[in-house]
Amino acid sequence: MSGIKYGVAQAVPGDHIQITTDTWTEPYWQAAKEERLTACQCGKCGHFRMPPTAFCPGCQSQDVKWPTLPGTATVFSFAICTRSPFPDVPDFVYVPIVVDLDGAPGARLVSNLVGMPAEDVTIGMKVAVEWNDIQDGWKLPIFHKA
Amino acid sequence: MVWVNQDKCAIAGVGATDYYIRGKSYPRTINEMVGEAILKACDDAGINVKQIDGFAYYSGAQMGYGDKVDTASLMEMLGIEEVGFTAALTSGGGGAAGAVGLATAAIQNEDANYVVTVMALQQYRQRLGTVFGASAPSPENSFLQPSGLVGPGHLMSVLARRHMHLYGTRREAFAEVVISQRLNAMNRPQAIRRNELTLDEYFASPMLADPLCRLDFCLETDGAVAWITTSTERARDLKQKPVLIHAAAHGGTRNWGRAFAWMGMPDPDFGSSGHKPIGDRLWQQSGLAPSDIDVALIYDHFSAMVVMQLEDYGFCKKGEGGEYVESGAIRYKGGSTPVNTHGGQLSEAYIIGATHTREAVEQLRGVAINQVKDAEFALVTGGPASLPVSGCILRRDS
Ligand SMILES: [Zn+2]
Repeated sequence: MSGIKYGVAQAVPGDHIQITTDTWTEPYWQAAKEERLTACQCGKCGHFRMPPTAFCPGCQSQDVKWPTLPGTATVFSFAICTRSPFPDVPDFVYVPIVVDLDGAPGARLVSNLVGMPAEDVTIGMKVAVEWNDIQDGWKLPIFHKA
Repeated sequence: MVWVNQDKCAIAGVGATDYYIRGKSYPRTINEMVGEAILKACDDAGINVKQIDGFAYYSGAQMGYGDKVDTASLMEMLGIEEVGFTAALTSGGGGAAGAVGLATAAIQNEDANYVVTVMALQQYRQRLGTVFGASAPSPENSFLQPSGLVGPGHLMSVLARRHMHLYGTRREAFAEVVISQRLNAMNRPQAIRRNELTLDEYFASPMLADPLCRLDFCLETDGAVAWITTSTERARDLKQKPVLIHAAAHGGTRNWGRAFAWMGMPDPDFGSSGHKPIGDRLWQQSGLAPSDIDVALIYDHFSAMVVMQLEDYGFCKKGEGGEYVESGAIRYKGGSTPVNTHGGQLSEAYIIGATHTREAVEQLRGVAINQVKDAEFALVTGGPASLPVSGCILRRDS
């Protein structure tokens, strides 16, 4: 859109990424550890919600399911960033994306797109999950072009 | 339905420190700057600081995103003897324009007579531009921060791109917001950026989070601004011509919710400012329409969000904000509704929205540097951000 050639989008270095969990988000991250992409689904009405929270906003149930999703998604929007978010890492190109998850209508994930020129990323593009090893043995879902 | 508190309360005084480039206010302290702004607001109104008996903050009484003021400390520092009201709108800069509604609540409930609202910002320890990336994320934020969206500009670039995708909005529209506001700042001694800006210079500005370049980002500055709200009746006996609080609203819907900290908003909320419900309420409260607004002080942390607010407040149709600003409609000279006649947060100074209220007061007293002739109604908005978002309509006293 800007006509700039950015080059290939990189992953954010996993050794600089931390997460924390709570009772309601822990199952999502445990599934990710096994490279299984899931989303929080209401056990009563089937409504998906992300990030996972203690109640279904549709029916207020606390029953949850963690279905295994196909691992594919559609790019809803994105940014192209050129500055390193970390003082000890040189600048690199990365593409934060917001995706609609296949198999989990209404659930979005904020992630990164990697492995293709940043300037070629488009809204509506199909993407597929891969996994980035991050601190403390956790894994983070990131995406490449499907 | 006309707002029950329409024109019952007024801003009687406004005060501010100098505006400083980020960090340059050191070694002044945040409380010192807050105190100076409050004392100047009292002086402007013609009251003694000891008459203050209420505090109505926004941003949870945070001053910026690292400091916080405490009413008791301010009372001790300034010699305020007793307060009957001390409260804050929650979250951040979204409430900037709604705080006058909170002050009105204090006065109309007879809890307080002279209510101060204050905001200050000092960034010598932590830059606001990277505030989201500074700490290990909460469980909630662990679904956002690992993507490297570490600053507000990153987050809002994602919304801007969706708007461009859906409606064909061009970077030229964002450029027009920046350039028109720069023109307004050029004759202002207190403005941080005063040099003329061309379209070529805009396009040469480095991309920080494509589609937003550095010039789309607001300034990083230090300073403090305060204002005093009282009943209109009392205000009419004070030093300045009162500026009436004609309508005020804060809140918003779950579809906007945590906004760019969530990214779950459906269309059309995603490519919006979240302000539509606030606009709807203000027009309903006041019986006015956007065409009645003489000057609009629109929260401009990022140029693209000005375009989306103009749509949400109905100055143009949804999706036509780009065309609207590119037509010259927001210019001080020749525009249909001049926007950010003080240069805004993009060119004058960024104090989390407080400079917009200061400018609205000056416009409605008829003493602004870039005075809109015979200005009667000013719209002020808070930041598109996690709820609440807010807006108010201020009115010249007849
Ligand atoms: Zn449910």
